[in-house]
Amino acid sequence: MIVKCAIHLILLGWAVSVFWLASQDALGADPVKAIIHFYGIGALNLLVLTLVISPAARKFKLSVLMRQRRLIGLYCFAYACMHIICYWWLELNFSPASFVDELVKRPYIWLGMLGFVILLTLAATSPHKAKLRLGRRWQTVHNFIYLASILVWLHFFLSRKADILEPGLYALTILLLLSFRYRKLQRWYKNRPK
Amino acid sequence: KLQTLKYSKSRESELILTPEEKVTTYNNFYEFGTAKQDPAEYAHTLTVNPWQVEITGLVENPLKLNYEDLFNTFDLEERIYRLRCVEAWSMVIPWVGFSLNKLLEKAQPKSTAQYVAFETLNRPSEMRGQSSRFIGGNISYPYIEGLRLDEAMHPLTLMAVGLYGKALPNQNGAPIRLVVPWKYGFKSIKSVVKIHLTATQPQTTWNLAAANEYGFYANVNPKVDHPRWSQAQERVITSGGIFNQQHQPTQMFNGYAQEVAHLYKDMDLTKYF
Repeated sequence: MIVKCAIHLILLGWAVSVFWLASQDALGADPVKAIIHFYGIGALNLLVLTLVISPAARKFKLSVLMRQRRLIGLYCFAYACMHIICYWWLELNFSPASFVDELVKRPYIWLGMLGFVILLTLAATSPHKAKLRLGRRWQTVHNFIYLASILVWLHFFLSRKADILEPGLYALTILLLLSFRYRKLQRWYKNRPK
Repeated sequence: KLQTLKYSKSRESELILTPEEKVTTYNNFYEFGTAKQDPAEYAHTLTVNPWQVEITGLVENPLKLNYEDLFNTFDLEERIYRLRCVEAWSMVIPWVGFSLNKLLEKAQPKSTAQYVAFETLNRPSEMRGQSSRFIGGNISYPYIEGLRLDEAMHPLTLMAVGLYGKALPNQNGAPIRLVVPWKYGFKSIKSVVKIHLTATQPQTTWNLAAANEYGFYANVNPKVDHPRWSQAQERVITSGGIFNQQHQPTQMFNGYAQEVAHLYKDMDLTKYF
């Protein structure tokens, strides 16, 4: 309970205070770029964090960690929503035509969008009711987070002009975390419905 | 502390200036790091005095300008220019400087000269981006740029030594930089040490890094998209938070079409982008 409150306090507090700073022109020379990047990188960080949780919980035998994963995953989705809304609002002036245009034309945008569709699906199937209804398929659906992590990374990497350090570090981290799932993914692939 | 310059004031302009604080804290100068605020944070490491700019190549009268010469050789004037970054944002900046054509006339280009190549200082000990590809965005250094001779001779093409009435802050390209207002900002090379006249088209840094994204001409053009984003609109960097954003349509040649369009008549600008 305390842990959950702390997570809300930090992640909601952060998201709101940065929005406030951006509205007051107190976020550097270009508050638009700053806020779009803040939510985007924030979503990526939270996605990575959800991938850290299960190996860490197993290693350190901390079941309390596992119980926070869903909440952090939902915050990842919320940050991703804000990222897209701010982009559509502040870069494209809420024009539906330009949004569709950009989505079709730019590979890094539709790759990111594909990642977002996965996050949306996972968020929609996160309540206990959905979990019960999906039964064994729930895990299959939620394994798509691994694909999402790659799509979101590609979106981040391709949006950069030339920088290699930051995307490189994220790539290493994500590959390491996926490597922990090697056996699981192998098993899942072997037992896939044919 | 930045030196106050003596210059003739610009005529009244209808343009609203970007606040000085934003002009000096939002920079693309990968020699000091790839984040916009990096140059303001790290460029103080650069020694700009002493400085030397060499004008060489196909000229009758090769010459060198030392630090003091940059401010004393030509009458300085203020020019309020729009600046349009290829990343689809724009500013309005009161530069102080002199037309590049005055400098070139002094050097007397030979009749065989057709292009002008520019080079930024190469000093990894003072420019952290040049010492590590992880900091400097993995582009090749020194930064190089180029113009056709007629573009370089155009009266709008400015060698800036100051902004907002003072000498250039290091992060804006001290002590001397190029400003070509009808082209995307990356053409306006900073902290220039070499100006070399040639018969053939020089190579340019961003074209070498990504030829499909950055052409030699890089004229501001709302109809030619960057492969990763549209250039039809731009966001003005001005004061005000995210509820007071200003979007405007991008103007052909950044609003300088009347002055420069003739330089490109009969050219296919989607091919020569």
